[in-house]
Amino acid sequence: MTKRSDGRYVDDAPFDPDAALQQVERADLDAPNWVLVWRKFKTHKLGLISGVFLLLCYLMLPFAGFIAPYGPNERNGEHLYAPPQSIHWFHDGEFIGPHVYPIVAEADLETFQWTFTPDLEDPRKIKFFCEGTEYKLAGLIASDTHLFCPPEGATLFLWGSDRLGRDVFSRILYGAQLSLTVGLIGISVSFFLGILFGSIAGYFGGRIDWVINRVIEILRSLPELPLWLALSAAVPSNWSPVAVFFIISIILGILDWPGLARSVRAKFLSLREEEYVRAAEMMGASSGRVIRKHLLPNFMSHLIASATLSIPAMILGETALSFLGLGLRAPAVSWGVMLNDAQNLASIEIYPWTAIPMLPIIVIVLAFNFLGDGLRDSLDPYQQ
Amino acid sequence: MVMLRYAVYRFFTMLLTLLVVSVLIFIIINLPPGDYLSNQITELQASGQSAGVAKAEFLRQEYALDRPLWEQYLIWMGFWSGPNGFDGLIQGNYGWSFEFDRPVAEIVGDSLWLTAVVNLAAILFVYAVALPLGVLAAAKSRTWIDYTSAFVGYLGLATPNFLLALILFYYGHQYFNLPIGGLMDPIFEGQPMSWDKMKSILLHLIVPTFVIGTSGASAMMQRLRANMLDELGKPYVETAVAKGMAPSRMLTKYPLRIAFNPFVADIGNLLPSMVSGSVLVSVVLGLQTIGPTLLTALKTQDQFLSAFILMFVALLTLIGTMISDILLVMLDPRIRYEGREA
Repeated sequence: MTKRSDGRYVDDAPFDPDAALQQVERADLDAPNWVLVWRKFKTHKLGLISGVFLLLCYLMLPFAGFIAPYGPNERNGEHLYAPPQSIHWFHDGEFIGPHVYPIVAEADLETFQWTFTPDLEDPRKIKFFCEGTEYKLAGLIASDTHLFCPPEGATLFLWGSDRLGRDVFSRILYGAQLSLTVGLIGISVSFFLGILFGSIAGYFGGRIDWVINRVIEILRSLPELPLWLALSAAVPSNWSPVAVFFIISIILGILDWPGLARSVRAKFLSLREEEYVRAAEMMGASSGRVIRKHLLPNFMSHLIASATLSIPAMILGETALSFLGLGLRAPAVSWGVMLNDAQNLASIEIYPWTAIPMLPIIVIVLAFNFLGDGLRDSLDPYQQ
Repeated sequence: MVMLRYAVYRFFTMLLTLLVVSVLIFIIINLPPGDYLSNQITELQASGQSAGVAKAEFLRQEYALDRPLWEQYLIWMGFWSGPNGFDGLIQGNYGWSFEFDRPVAEIVGDSLWLTAVVNLAAILFVYAVALPLGVLAAAKSRTWIDYTSAFVGYLGLATPNFLLALILFYYGHQYFNLPIGGLMDPIFEGQPMSWDKMKSILLHLIVPTFVIGTSGASAMMQRLRANMLDELGKPYVETAVAKGMAPSRMLTKYPLRIAFNPFVADIGNLLPSMVSGSVLVSVVLGLQTIGPTLLTALKTQDQFLSAFILMFVALLTLIGTMISDILLVMLDPRIRYEGREA
């Protein structure tokens, strides 16, 4: 910028009179697809928040052992059904940092319940980055450092303890590892089968289409849960928890694919007649290549959105199966297994905190629903 | 006449589907290695009781469990002559329960129609709730009515059925004095139908219906709302408003009728999830439907019992879907009779 002698300011850069013509009319018309999708998705606040939340949840999974103060099956025989303890900051009106009061169990011989009385005279400070039970970081690296641990001689049950004196909070963190991944594995299975059968039916048509379509109709007309039950009852009881976990997620996926296959098929039927498909075929592309390179990318985004919407059903399905005792079994920790303890009215009435695992289930399922809605709305950026 | 032909056609496709389903169910039931009796035999042999072994061997022959699987299937269905001649499902013999040592028909008995009643009640509930709320949410879209119903709907979708059951049960009993557990007062069990028994059943149905229906109702409500919103933007609605038609009359006369079709068509999707839900809820609430029986049968590998219950559940959904298809054709003249071809 220079100041001319007559007092006016003039830009030093050379002026190009054609610049305005060379610019694209609207910059966003030129942007790659994902930028457009992202721009639209950002306006969907609920979906965005849900997405971030889910991302954090999944990132937390490998570090569950680090965040949890206790091990998943660590028993505390003297504190059965202990109520949730709160963390205090002030003792006698004086700030001494986060601490808890030790609780002492006493058997009430009239109601046959444990009553817990906190010792309000004896604040114990919570330790940070301290040693506790050994766990494996991401299932690989052994470690025994925890983010926070119960103080010496006291317990730290943020969300109470269960029937065997295990910490509900820690178990929820460990349970997330199985409960959240079940949906992912299941959806991969269902995705694979759905795209395979849907694209075969839609692309080739004719008799294959007829057969696959009937199979889809039959599978869709059957109630899922009884079939899930029957299939998981067939899992031998002497299998290891990991094997059971995988087979359960596969079972969940096996019965989920028909819905996906149906929409894939419908898309294929309409896209098959497009000119570019014809062109590719004329040029001698194999049907596999046409499907993979020309057809699938067209509605992959749509499929991802619908997959996001069917993950919650799988998470709920795992919970239901484990709850009924036909899914994951005892040494494994999942939210359904935990809720198995809260199966009767007595625990809802007397020990309501054993039903806390339902909160993460509801929140996660809601988050997946909102994320799916947001994705579905924003994946078609050209449509207003 | 065309209608009738379609109904007959639909009925036969249903029978065919049922046949395929029976094969599927039979395979699933026989997936676990061994059967109830062979497991019992190994158990007895391990403990050295030879008398029991002979009995179990006899039963194995009696129920054709020693034959190849495909023969077993045909005998079970009644297409093939078994040890007792033609005596399978289609002849009205539902098989024998090894676990309870009684005929299957005797065990399921009452619970069959109770299952149907529970599911019917749940469907009626879904319609009764979703219809007005969906229309209201669409007509008053982007107001607090819309947002509240959307919120409640989402919550209904996200809460696991069985937990909702437990919680409602507890609070229903505490605040409204609703009965706990079962589908009728224990005194009425095994008694012939009477006015009091009916009243007791109705009272016991409240919580289960609500629980089973909630997720279905919220899904249907959202769909109806979306359909209505599509219709509300169309010119004919504007014309009606411009003519000075009362809003409520206009809503029910035009857009609702069109938005209603998917509503009926949806029974096909609704029913399976409903029946699933009722099985789960029955186990939690101890209802005398076939849910709890199915669970024990599956756990003990009582194959004839579990296969029959699965067949019954499938039949229930297939009949429901068939009725919805026929209704849909009656309701909407635009739908072709030859079935849906893409």
